[in-house]
Amino acid sequence: MTIPMIMLLLTFVFLVVRVLPGDPASLHFEKQVDPQTLLAFKRQLGLDKPIEVQYIDYLLSLLRGDFGKSMQDFSPVSQQIFSAFPATLELAICSTIVMILVGVVLGVQASRSYNSLPDHSIRVFGTASYAIPVFFLGEVMIMVFAIYFHLFPAGDRIYAGMAPTGLTLRDVHFSTGLYVIDSILEGNIGKLAMSLRYLVLPSITLGTVLCGIFIRLTRGNMLETLQLDFVTAARARGLKERTVVYGYALRNAFLPILTMMGLQFAALLAGAVLTETTFSWPGLGRYLVDRVSFRDYTAIQGVVVFFGLLVAMVSLAVDIIYAYLDPRIRF
Amino acid sequence: MSSKRLQGRIVVQFLPALTGLARRGLAGWAIIAGAVIVAAMAIMTIVSPWISPYNPIAINVGPLLSPPSSQFPLGTNHLGQDMLSRVYSGGAIMFQVSILSVIVCLVIGVPIGLFASYTGGYTDKLVSLVMDSIYAFPGLVLAIAIAAMLGPGVVNMALSIAVVYVPSYFRIIRSQVLTIKELPYVEAAHMMGAKGRATLFSYILPNVIPSIVAVATINFADAILTAAGLTFVGLGLPVSTPDWGWDLTYGRRLLTSGTWWVIAFPGLMVVLLALGFTLMGEGLSELFNPRLQK
Repeated sequence: MTIPMIMLLLTFVFLVVRVLPGDPASLHFEKQVDPQTLLAFKRQLGLDKPIEVQYIDYLLSLLRGDFGKSMQDFSPVSQQIFSAFPATLELAICSTIVMILVGVVLGVQASRSYNSLPDHSIRVFGTASYAIPVFFLGEVMIMVFAIYFHLFPAGDRIYAGMAPTGLTLRDVHFSTGLYVIDSILEGNIGKLAMSLRYLVLPSITLGTVLCGIFIRLTRGNMLETLQLDFVTAARARGLKERTVVYGYALRNAFLPILTMMGLQFAALLAGAVLTETTFSWPGLGRYLVDRVSFRDYTAIQGVVVFFGLLVAMVSLAVDIIYAYLDPRIRF
Repeated sequence: MSSKRLQGRIVVQFLPALTGLARRGLAGWAIIAGAVIVAAMAIMTIVSPWISPYNPIAINVGPLLSPPSSQFPLGTNHLGQDMLSRVYSGGAIMFQVSILSVIVCLVIGVPIGLFASYTGGYTDKLVSLVMDSIYAFPGLVLAIAIAAMLGPGVVNMALSIAVVYVPSYFRIIRSQVLTIKELPYVEAAHMMGAKGRATLFSYILPNVIPSIVAVATINFADAILTAAGLTFVGLGLPVSTPDWGWDLTYGRRLLTSGTWWVIAFPGLMVVLLALGFTLMGEGLSELFNPRLQK
């Protein structure tokens, strides 16, 4: 199912950019521009060809990993995407860790204190987390932890000029673009600490906004699992309550959490766009927002397509991991 | 019937409904709390022209960036606009965009959902595929792409939000119709000679409506958050409209100077409004589909 879905998605994005009222080239120049310049501009981007030719070109170049040229300076969009992607990936990974930790721990606590004050407060927190715009939470975080207490930096990814270089062995150079990993490869503890400090606020912001669904899911599953015989049996054997809850019951409630992680990946990316803008985090989301302000439609199309492919790949990966973890599932 | 008697009747019917809700436990209370919040915000927005101390878009009504004071209870922003007046009237845009986008979603999503799932076969498969691909996409990113192409404006914002959320309606309606159309009473209707359209509208639709109401209520919250997000990335309305999203966007640049009041109050309003709709929607879906919720 993944391939038809990807095809549909690519077509949809193409249609949005080409067919919605006003062609992208004229929209790019807000004011009237003389037809000669416009035509030359279109020719440079391949926008002068018939729409079906453009469509085929678009699909074929995507196969080559080419996401089109920017309207701003005709530079390849893929280059920009690949250089901004590690920042988004790093933020996404750290936010996922926060999201799962907060969601699962609170969910387990809620299920253990079913129908009491902690349970109710955790549920209210979970519902409230849906309603908070991620950028507002980010702004509050900046205000409190960066401006008033000076605990963490207010934005950006690392102190200017301090980006870790990664591993260099004689003339072989290797870096991942993930600053945490690169600082470890470089063996520079200072840079590691610094890149982690820059990650704290954006990850907590994004993780908190998305944890609500995991609280609910964990709580619901744990409520059921804690009633099962094997949990009672484990308790009867005199195991510690913590071992019973986290070692036995939670393990059984984990598969739905994994599925939800896959489903939430799209929400994570959408949230990352706003989080990156709030914290001036130089990732894909901020690149997209930058391009929007330049009316750079070809670049917008490229980023949107990249986001779509990413989501499709992650959902495929989750399906595969799922089948591996649950032997009852076979494709 | 005189209007007084009509009022009396409404109160008489409304009160048991309320106490009935309250007896339904947490879900009932969530609906009441959510409805109270939303109603309060709606009233505030409607009466804002009369209660605002200043014109919300007039600049230099006070000193620039003045902190909350007796003259400006919520302070002023970098243009010297009164934040209290902006907070009062900024909801209008949120209500307009969200109401419009929910209407578009209903008009597109409900008929497609009903027909595709009732017809079944290839139509259903194809429509489901299209809807699932949109559903799987990061909503805000798609809305940004569409809004960027359509340009600013209330209608365009509402349209770009609606495209993203139509699949949520489709999915919930489809799952309901698939269950309901196998029920014995629908079969009985067929046996009595009810044609396809009659079955769909007179027998199946009434039982899908509660879920549609629940989804639409939650969707209000999504639409509000997405609208605020679109404004935040610069795809909102022109400066001449009082808008909480705009205050949040420009307030970000003022944070380093310790100016908290420009974002705090509009932000809280967005949270409250979205929370009101979320509480109502969650409560409704728990009442209508107790099995789906744990």
